[in-house]
Amino acid sequence: MPHISLPDLPGIRGPMAFRPETARPLNELVDVLLRGPHSLTPGERELIATFVSAQNDCRYCQTIHGAIAAHHLGGDEQLVAAVKVDPAAAQISDKLKALLVIAGKTAESGKLVTTEDVARARQHGATDLEIHDTVLIAAVFCLCNRYVDGLATWAPDDPDFYRQRAALVAANGYAASTLPSQAPTQ
Amino acid sequence: MPHIALPADLPGISGAMAFRPETAVHLRALAETLLRGPNSLTSAERESIAAFVSSRNDCTFCYLSHRAAAAHHAGGDYKFVDAVTSGASAEAVSAKLRALLVIAGKVQQGGKQVNTDDVARARAEGATDVEIHDTVLIAAAFCMYNRYVDGLATFTPRDPAAYDPMGKRMATQGYVGISQAQRQADVPQPSR
Repeated sequence: MPHISLPDLPGIRGPMAFRPETARPLNELVDVLLRGPHSLTPGERELIATFVSAQNDCRYCQTIHGAIAAHHLGGDEQLVAAVKVDPAAAQISDKLKALLVIAGKTAESGKLVTTEDVARARQHGATDLEIHDTVLIAAVFCLCNRYVDGLATWAPDDPDFYRQRAALVAANGYAASTLPSQAPTQ
Repeated sequence: MPHIALPADLPGISGAMAFRPETAVHLRALAETLLRGPNSLTSAERESIAAFVSSRNDCTFCYLSHRAAAAHHAGGDYKFVDAVTSGASAEAVSAKLRALLVIAGKVQQGGKQVNTDDVARARAEGATDVEIHDTVLIAAAFCMYNRYVDGLATFTPRDPAAYDPMGKRMATQGYVGISQAQRQADVPQPSR
């Protein structure tokens, strides 16, 4: 049971409906980071969000973002699972592997990111913007994971819930899918 | 030196935000609502929670700038915020805020650390659901801002006094609609 009296919605959606004033900038931030125009694909960026949420042991965030990543990656749930377990061994680009090292360190503490980590990402073709966004995505999910677990929100067990939700978010975006007042009419 | 090519004359998060205005606008809007929006917790209390979490995360830029902002919500007096962040001088800090700081400190370590007893104790001292929610979100948000600032190795002035004008600007003018020139003027510039 959540620590405070929240609308009966799973994960981050409960506190977001409870406090729309803060939900708005959070959703808009995540829309820019994960869905905005970018040289990293939405699938790659969702993998970063999923990896950080798994490292932080946040069940709701890693499951929903894993489902959204899989949706963007042609339904490849095995790839998402592999990245969560060991990115170095997963079938992803060397650039994304290097960015996930930076993301994992950022999630632990920003100070752990070294010039060598950044140089390695650059060697594999990462741009400054990609490095910036990797750090910020990792940092933002340290927020979301703590928000979701710090209020003891609930998470559905059924994987199909996340698959269906993933299709909705992939089609409409975070802001439009999360705030009841902005929900798409369909 | 920052890990990526950030504007050299902007300290801390301001450099990263100038590099990526598309995300900065939402990061600033979130801070404005959480720290300065209408709330039963004062801005001095909320900025003190931010400074407390930033101090626990060892993020010098966020700690010293939000410490200064908290002080300037109290007429430039650092006594209250320093009592909050040091955990000492408990009499200066209300029982409710002390209970909320326990929750904030646990969120800083990991959301799952917060237990029903922590929340019950805050409620027993008069905390409302919105206050508990906002404490969790302020703590979570500073776990983000702190990692953003340090993960990019942004420029961090070392002298605490350098943050006083910045904190005054944060307390009086807030986080949105501040020009880049004002941010540059906040602190002494790095030597080039």
